[in-house]
Amino acid sequence: MTDLSHLKSDFPILDSGVHFLDSAASSQKPIPVLEAMDHFARTSYANVHRGAYRLSVAATEAYEAARNRVAVFINASTADEVIFTRGATTALNTVAFGWGMQNLGEGDRILSTEMEHHANLVPWQMVAKRTGAVLDHVAITDEGRLDMADYEAKLRPEVKVVAVTGMSNVLGTIPDIPRIAALAHRQGARVVVDAAQLVPHAGVDVQELGADFVAFSSHKMLGPTGIGVLWGAMDALEETEPFEGGGEMIADVTLHDATWAPIPHRFEAGTPPIIQAVGLHAAIDYLDAIGMDRVFKHDQELTAIALQRLGDVPGLSIQGPKDLDSRGGVVSMDMEGVHPHDVATILDEQDVAVRSGHHCAKPLMRRLGVPATARASFYVYNDETDIDALVAGLRRAGELFGVG
Amino acid sequence: MGLEELYREVILDHYRNPRNKGHLISPDATAEGVNPLCGDEITIELNMSDGVVSDVAVAGQGCSISQSSASMMSEAIKGKTREEIEDVVARFRKMMSLDDSDDPGLDPERPGAVLGDLEALQGVRQYPVRIKCASLGWNTLMEALNG
Repeated sequence: MTDLSHLKSDFPILDSGVHFLDSAASSQKPIPVLEAMDHFARTSYANVHRGAYRLSVAATEAYEAARNRVAVFINASTADEVIFTRGATTALNTVAFGWGMQNLGEGDRILSTEMEHHANLVPWQMVAKRTGAVLDHVAITDEGRLDMADYEAKLRPEVKVVAVTGMSNVLGTIPDIPRIAALAHRQGARVVVDAAQLVPHAGVDVQELGADFVAFSSHKMLGPTGIGVLWGAMDALEETEPFEGGGEMIADVTLHDATWAPIPHRFEAGTPPIIQAVGLHAAIDYLDAIGMDRVFKHDQELTAIALQRLGDVPGLSIQGPKDLDSRGGVVSMDMEGVHPHDVATILDEQDVAVRSGHHCAKPLMRRLGVPATARASFYVYNDETDIDALVAGLRRAGELFGVG
Repeated sequence: MGLEELYREVILDHYRNPRNKGHLISPDATAEGVNPLCGDEITIELNMSDGVVSDVAVAGQGCSISQSSASMMSEAIKGKTREEIEDVVARFRKMMSLDDSDDPGLDPERPGAVLGDLEALQGVRQYPVRIKCASLGWNTLMEALNG
């Protein structure tokens, strides 16, 4: 068992005794992240890329250091390929609108999947309607994995972009992105990966992944809310138009026209999330010190224990794969005769925090044939006691509702 | 206040065996209610005759609180005039503290005197996030009545 128990005291919010099993929605923040933001705000804060004064220079250096840190973390060729956004959702919208509106038209196809988060589905629906492109979806198997045969069948020559999750936020399954990307690239299609779950829990080497765009959020990886990353291969970013206009993103402006600043700044209109960038930098340092291999292994070990112990809970069934092959620490549950909202309320009374609902993946819920699920997700600060509490709470739910 | 107070037997009974479940053949009024945050859905259908709700049907899916509340509501409104229904709705909203007062408007000496079985839902007050579950059917009912 990968022992990360020494980390728990870094997360003050856990002192309350809460069994926090909702990191797939948002993670908690360790003291080094909180202190880094606090220290920066107290000593070095000003707007970036503007002032000639020393504080602004210091803030700009900190902001650009965060960009470099992200680039190293994901093995980008250059920090210029790292764009700071408000979050993964804005990153995906930047691709859909900035790249999609430029490069899609009548007769083209967008290929998404049945297990996307709404953030990698709805923007493509909007862009499909505006450009006349057709939106198609790769099916999943009954086990909850991407159906690769269906992918190959639907990867018709008209497909110009493939939008796929790096790791399902509902099922935990991790599609084979390198293979998906290789097949798509054979016909010149771009590949956009929603890595909001993948980066925090498995880390990503964008060279190995092989995609053209990768989006993720800071708040799911121990960092603050309000900042996310769009990584794009430089040739793909060069095909992308800015999706937001404003300050910071221009080279020159006249009353009727404007030219763009170099990449990445042309995609960062307005004052960026400066303090949050410093927090994200600290979060990456924290995760790197653990090692992403160990983070993923720890998640998987907890998932293995959970799958085994949950199997003994009367009336409980698991949505998605029951083995550990290519899956992360997300477990969606369905208890016969007890609605997920009731499960979550009952678990909350035992200080177990899980998410209930459709997890922003309504088409996937329909595919699975359930209105909602209760979802437990694991991260570095979780341990076996959290799973024990989860199992005890689920048994209590079953008793209250007379299941089993 | 414990979970037993929230999940009283009468609530679980209505959840497992919802009353007036299904659809009417030709309803005079229909409304659909959805809670986009959690995905709960309720459809209310009404038949009116001689100024009263002569028949009501409830369809949908969701948690025990939303479904039992709508089931109990359907029993409480059958045979009532619009005015009488508005009175029940007002009492229910008061019990759920949706009228901005702290007084649930119930008679502790005489359980059930004000709202009958529906008083079992008073435990929901302690779970603010679940009040919207309890209210979904009622909001949908008012939509159906207001056409």
